[in-house]
Amino acid sequence: MKLDSKIPEGPLSQKWTNYKASQKLVNPANKRKLDIIVVGTGLAGASAAASLGALGFHVDIFCIQDSPRRAHSIAAQGGINAAKNYQNDGDSVERLFKDTIKGGDYRAREANVYRLAEVSGDIIDQCVAQGVPFARDYSGLLDNRSFGGAQVSRTFYARGQTGQQLLLGAYGALSREIARGTVVLHERHEMMDLVVVPDQDGKPRARGIIARNLVTGELERYAAHAVVVASGGYGNVYYLSTNAMNSNGSAAWVCHRRGAAFANPCYVQIHPTCIPVHGDYQSKLTLMSESLRNDGRIWVPKKKEDAEAIRRGEKGPLDIPDEDRDYYLERRYPAFGNLVPRDVASRAAKERCDAGYGVGPTGLAVYLDFADAIKRLGRDVVEQKYGNLFQMYYKIVDTDPYKEPMMIYPAIHYTMGGLWVDYELQTTIPGLFAAGEANFSDHGANRLGASALMQGLADGYFVLPYTLQNYLADQIYVGKIKAEGPEFDEAEANVRARLDGLMDISHSASDVSPMHSVDHYHKALGRVMWEYCGMARSKESLATAAEKIAELEADFYQHVFIPGKAAEMNPELEKAYRLADYFELARLIVADATQREESCGGHFRIEHQTEDGETLRDDEHFMFVAAWEYQGHDQPEKMYKEDLNYEHIQIVKRNYK
Amino acid sequence: MKFTLHIWRQENARAKGHFETYEIDNISADCSFLEMLDQLNEKLVNDHITHPVCFDNDCREGICGMCGLYINGRPHGNDDGVTTCQLHMRHFHDGDEIWVEPWRAKAFPIIRDLVVDRTAFDKIIQAGGYISATTGGVPDANNILVPKHIADQAMDAAACIGCGACVAACKNASAMLFVGAKVSHLNLLPQGHPEAMDRARKMIVKMDELGFGGCTNTYACEAECPKQIKRQNIARLNRAWIGQAFGRDRNN
Repeated sequence: MKLDSKIPEGPLSQKWTNYKASQKLVNPANKRKLDIIVVGTGLAGASAAASLGALGFHVDIFCIQDSPRRAHSIAAQGGINAAKNYQNDGDSVERLFKDTIKGGDYRAREANVYRLAEVSGDIIDQCVAQGVPFARDYSGLLDNRSFGGAQVSRTFYARGQTGQQLLLGAYGALSREIARGTVVLHERHEMMDLVVVPDQDGKPRARGIIARNLVTGELERYAAHAVVVASGGYGNVYYLSTNAMNSNGSAAWVCHRRGAAFANPCYVQIHPTCIPVHGDYQSKLTLMSESLRNDGRIWVPKKKEDAEAIRRGEKGPLDIPDEDRDYYLERRYPAFGNLVPRDVASRAAKERCDAGYGVGPTGLAVYLDFADAIKRLGRDVVEQKYGNLFQMYYKIVDTDPYKEPMMIYPAIHYTMGGLWVDYELQTTIPGLFAAGEANFSDHGANRLGASALMQGLADGYFVLPYTLQNYLADQIYVGKIKAEGPEFDEAEANVRARLDGLMDISHSASDVSPMHSVDHYHKALGRVMWEYCGMARSKESLATAAEKIAELEADFYQHVFIPGKAAEMNPELEKAYRLADYFELARLIVADATQREESCGGHFRIEHQTEDGETLRDDEHFMFVAAWEYQGHDQPEKMYKEDLNYEHIQIVKRNYK
Repeated sequence: MKFTLHIWRQENARAKGHFETYEIDNISADCSFLEMLDQLNEKLVNDHITHPVCFDNDCREGICGMCGLYINGRPHGNDDGVTTCQLHMRHFHDGDEIWVEPWRAKAFPIIRDLVVDRTAFDKIIQAGGYISATTGGVPDANNILVPKHIADQAMDAAACIGCGACVAACKNASAMLFVGAKVSHLNLLPQGHPEAMDRARKMIVKMDELGFGGCTNTYACEAECPKQIKRQNIARLNRAWIGQAFGRDRNN
């Protein structure tokens, strides 16, 4: 496998301009003869399909939910970054670029990140034109707030529902194209396999997908000149995460099985401010937006006996006087304080809880306190800024955050790793593109807050419409792609065999040992991943993880019980085939975390830390992207390296003190 | 906590449905309604008795709009301002009998058990629930000022999650609150003015065509909306409808 990142020539600030000036175009009459498949209707998928449809291409778009508007982008709360410098506080494209590279701990590709910063302003313009009701000040101008890892206010927001409003904007644009007939929507359809067909020169190209109709269970074939996967991240491999219940890694994973390299799987983001775990039955963790750290102060008791009394329920947070509170982020990181990046804040919370200062019944929680903000700004202002988040917290936890501090704890949130893509967002399979969280490209080893929305929309609105066109310009000679031939037959048979194989376990198990539900295995896998491959990893813990994953996986294939049939609506079967992929993915995450003998961003190896517990990078040996190639279900994957060359940015130790 | 559940079971759109009764025990008060159903399904799977209960759900934090159950005669149950996934068992009493049904509306046919087909909402949006701003070529975001109170009102309306509780609550199965919220959100903003009248007309025509009923001003929709979308949005919709009907800004 050859990794060619295809970064254009020229100085960093001119690369995208040069690319656009020399890329190939498709004339309007030919566009409608070219078919594109887009998988996923989140920010990246919906914006890509809407933009490509508006250009005149024919697009088939797929989502597993009942409507494109359900995609999990909708749950993003805090905001979207853009280098508009509306606040006159020293922001610029250059600064957003540098913050993002530094935030990612110098493990992202310079050219991609620069382009992201460059188009960030256009995204805000586009969204406002679509009617996204961003927050405004009394002059009628757009308002901003700050997010972690930045010293400027560049985050645009729509109360605590920014993701919802941006997605509804993209969904509106998509709906318009559906009405115009350029885009065809396939809701309640799940991508099950990628179809790769060699062209007349023998070069393999992505030419279609096999999809499962989730209402009938039938398998359907779709053909196209190019396929875009925008199916989100794989955080649910940990079972408990801030992802939606149906978010899954399978669409990206089937592409990986067909030959697309998977990059940096061990870079997983753990978000510091989530509502803590409270019971075994719990199905997901709820995020409390990072924006809360603008005004909230994070603390634990200074004295262990206070923490213990709180855990026993004998004391409450209001019983601890200010001088006995340890505002540990402000203490350790005076320059950034409560607004350090997510990985730093998460580790600091874990450090305090592990040391015995955690609060809440389990001791796995810290306080996020708004008392000062309410005193300074008044309750009304706080309510205006964060009202819906406070209400959400109140509904879930049943304590009033206006009166008592919130309790929070880190949880799995986002995956920086994903399908390897070049500068054009093309994977190692020609004609297969990946966008949004599904690709690995822009966030390095840690993503900054409010940058996921920026990247998803940048990919969909402003990158893919150019780069896909460059690819499709050569495809007008191919003619219509039909969903037939040996490759389609093989892919469909492959999916059928996989589904039948899973269903057969329940019906053919001969021994007497008890069968278990899919969730039983998923929860067990999640616990292993969190415990041994979570916020802190070591050579030993990773070896344990590998062992336990293998045991669980073997047991899963013998004792999982899936009721019903494959040819009907069957949520248990859906969970089962997604979990089967998670087992392979978990193995790869562990392998990647094992080979990366350094700490960077979200990947923390306890062997590699400074004296005061900060990450210790090894730039000499690990300044590369690890891109993995699938070798078969029972084989370890093969790693390829893409060296990261920083020509523009000066590499320094990541310091938020 | 312990509950007796009466749940609507229906194998597919054409099959005849019925209530099935289940007993469930050891439920924590901090558990959400859907987590309670998860535990029921886990039990059904472990006992190999029957196919688990199908119900739509996704984000489980009250924003995606995918979940929606009719619980003891109320959409999203007996707490105000929440979706089913944010309804917690602490709002029930130990030993309660709970009746669980799908949304009932002609325009939302049942797919299986508690899962209904809400694609009619997407079709209404496709009829005009957007601003026709093609990607690129738009003005700078601060070029058009939007007064704060207008932006706030637009945001209030835009908070709709499209769950369908308004339709389920309405005796006429009307979608006026859903359509009114979208029309308000877009028509209030200066960016939405050029298409304002057309938008209202197209969406209302589509709504009627899809089998939703009319509004008779009882406001059950407002009372049951998990996002507390206000009935003023219906008034705005009516105003836009009358405006276009009497020729103001009429596009012909």
